[in-house]
Formats: sequence, C-alpha cells, structure tokens
Amino acid sequence: MAYTEKTRGMYQEILGGLKDAGLFKQERYIHSAQAADIEVEFPVGASLKKVINICANNYLGMSSHPEVVKAAHAGLDSHGYGMSSVRFICGTQDIHKKLEAMVTEFLGTEDTILFPSCMDANAGVFEAILTKDDVMISDRLVHASIIDGIRLCSAMHDTYKHSDMAHLEEKLQLHNDKRLKVVITDGVFSMDGDTAKLDQMADLCEKYDALLFCDESHASGFIGKTGRGTHEKCGVMGRMDIITTTFGKGLGGASGGCVSGRKEIVEMCRQKARPYLFSNTIAPPVVAGVIKVLEILSASTDRRDKLEKNTEFWRKGLIDAGLIIKEGDTPIVPVMLFNAKLAQDVSRDLYDEGIYAIGFFFPVVPQSQARIRTQISAGHEIHHLEKALEAFKKVGKKYDILGKSKQEIIDMYGM
Amino acid sequence: MEDMKEIIRTYVINEYVEDDSEVTFDTPLISGGIVDSFSMVSLKRFLENKYKISIPDDKATPEAFDSVNKICTLVNEFVKE
Repeated sequence: MAYTEKTRGMYQEILGGLKDAGLFKQERYIHSAQAADIEVEFPVGASLKKVINICANNYLGMSSHPEVVKAAHAGLDSHGYGMSSVRFICGTQDIHKKLEAMVTEFLGTEDTILFPSCMDANAGVFEAILTKDDVMISDRLVHASIIDGIRLCSAMHDTYKHSDMAHLEEKLQLHNDKRLKVVITDGVFSMDGDTAKLDQMADLCEKYDALLFCDESHASGFIGKTGRGTHEKCGVMGRMDIITTTFGKGLGGASGGCVSGRKEIVEMCRQKARPYLFSNTIAPPVVAGVIKVLEILSASTDRRDKLEKNTEFWRKGLIDAGLIIKEGDTPIVPVMLFNAKLAQDVSRDLYDEGIYAIGFFFPVVPQSQARIRTQISAGHEIHHLEKALEAFKKVGKKYDILGKSKQEIIDMYGM
Repeated sequence: MEDMKEIIRTYVINEYVEDDSEVTFDTPLISGGIVDSFSMVSLKRFLENKYKISIPDDKATPEAFDSVNKICTLVNEFVKE
C-alpha cells in the first residue's frame, strides 16, 4: 500500500486546482444511441432530457445507421467478439485485410494498415519511418495526437505558422540538408473547421523533395465531391504520401484508424509501429460495420451531399441571425463568443433550450477565442437545425450579442 | 553585438509572435511562452546558418535561449572560437 494519504492529498489538490480554474471536464451521460436526437442525464442524477445533438463527430449519421448496426451484428456472429491477439501473432482475419483493401481503394492510395485508433496511428507512424537524420515540419495547429507522435520520434521537429505557405517554404529551405523531410498537417482543422491547402503543399513538397502527411479524421467520408477527403477537394489524390484517418467520426463513429499511403511506408508501419505491434487491432464487429459504411459511401454520395446542404443551411442561418462564425465550408462551424465564461453560459442556456453544444476556451483554443463548436450531420433534418437556430437566437438575444462585432462582444464581456 | 541582437530580435518576432506583443532584448522567450520547446529547433538552425557556427545540443538549453541577450551570449561563445 504505497498509496498514502499524502499521495491522495496531492492528487486531490491537483484536481481541485482544475475545478477552480474551470478546466475540470464533466461527462454527460447519454442513455440513447448516438444520433441527432438523444436522451441525456445531466447533471448526474437528473431526469433524462431529450435534446438535439450538434456537437458529435457523427458527420454522416452512420453511428446508428440500421444497415451498419445490422452488419456489425452479422460480423459479431460470423467472426466473433475479439481476437485476443495482436495482428502479427494470430489477430488478422480476412475481414481486416478486406477493410484495408477497401480503405486503399476509397482514399486512392497504394496500401493501408489498420490501427486501434487514429490516435495510435499518429502515435506510431513517425517513429516507424523516420530517424534522427530526418525532419518533421508541422502546421502549428495540428491535432494533439500528432504532437504526441512527433514527441515519440527521434527526428528533428519544426513548425510553420498555421496554413502559411510562405513560412512553410522557408522551413523547407532551412531543413533542405536533411535526409527526409515530412510536411505534416490536418486536412480539416478540428477547432476552426478550415481546410489545409493541400494543392499548394503538394507543389512545395514536390519542389523540395519532401513527403506530405495529412490527418483526414475530420474529412474522410464527406470532404470532396465523392467524400474521399481533403486531397480530393484540393485535386491531389494520388499525390499524398501518408494519410491517417479514423473510423470514429464520419466513417461509422465506433473506433479504429489507419495509416494509408505509399506501400513501403505502410509496410514499415507493419514491421515497426509500436501501437500496431503491441495492441489488439479493431474488433471484428466494428470491422464489419466500417466495411458496410464504405460500401454505402462508395455506392452513393447522397449522405455527403445532404451534409453539404445542411452545412450551407446552418452557416447561413447563423450569419443571418447575427452571430459570428469562422468562415469556411466544412460541417465544423464555430460560433465565436471570445469570452470563456460567456461560452460556458451560452452552452448551458442552449442545453436548457434542448440543444446540446459545448463551449471551448483556453487552453483548448487560444486566449480570447472562446466559442461554441457546432458540428453538423447528415443525420440532422432541417427541423433539427431550425430548432437549434431558434435556440441560438433566443440565447443570443438574452446576452445581447446578435449583430454585434467581435470588439463589441469583448467590450461587453471581456477577453 | 547590437546588430546581432537586432537581427535575432527581428527573427524571433517574425517567427513566433503572431500578435502585437513587444519583444525586448530581455523578454523571457521560453519561460514566457513565446517560443515553445519544439520551436527552439528552428531558432537554433537559424543561428547556426546565419553565423556559420555549430551549437552542441547540450548547450542549446531552454535557459540559454530564454532571451535575445542570452542567445547573443551563447552565439558569441562559438563565433569567437
């Protein structure tokens, strides 16, 4: 028993500090399946409340799609619950190889390797393919999982200002003596909803003989005309060296991720990536579900087309209501409130109105950039979005922020 | 020396400062949160290329990079050799 009262007290003090700073995260318990309409217990012990969910990564409404659920049931029956092994011992089934081939086809790459999550893919890929003779040059706003992967890798690391192509070029010149240079970006940035300039990045990578890496977690399935991702939207399919993505968002919403790209890079991951070598892969029912998702998305663009229309409706509705949103065309739509307390108050009041949306503030986003991040889904119907807009208007009116500029909101509520 | 200070200060502002924050020769860069540990790499490489020196990793510490003045002292250590 080394867990002394002193140790307990130390942790209690740290946790108390998080609460005092307003940084303590509290889960809200959902009693229904993930969908546009959910039943939530919040706070703990409260009676269930029916709300409209506008903060899930369920971009294509696949999390509870009946065909996907049915396929997962069938996969459970035919291939069992788990593998009780890592891939290279006795944890590879035919459906794992089938899914890898389908993802390769879907993304337009050379090969694919599954990981337990995209977090694991990002944590494992750099260490597997780079050495201290190489350099990783990343956008300053890449996802935390990429930062962790970079930290685990012995290669040099540098950054460029967010989406600043001139700065990226400076960095490529600065590190031109390195054996390998890898330029690293998110396809769609999760906090702002903006899109990487992959066309310009691919040109720069070609000019300076660098590899191009893109995390497509907030893009796969719906960005681009047929939903292949940011590389489709930017016209650079076939020019990507490494794509990582998740099956926990648009592509089903359950779990799992992958590295997809040049076949030698994928093989290096199969031989050396530690999260792949030392962890079970995706469970059979989930694999069966993702296969069904890809079949649905490959057969028709209906769902991503609906998401696009919903997103246009939502963005226009918020602007017409007089709210400030981050510009863009993706289903990640941040409603800017700038002040952390205001973001928390608006989130709470929206919940009272039956709308589930969360406030984000420092350190998740920069100081004075507090916001409500809304995420639109093909699972939303127009009546969901209309009700959510009415709630935003009502709450916005209460706080007198409709039609106000950034400076006016900051003058009223502070940074 | 003054010229070197101004060159480094200008580099730090252009490279790391994205608002109108002031950077003096004594502004804490690492401990002040202006330059994170990842970004020290580009600063080190800039200094090495600019002044044709090689700064050993054990000398490129957060303390040694914590202000323009301290960086100049470090650089001069190698320029003189």
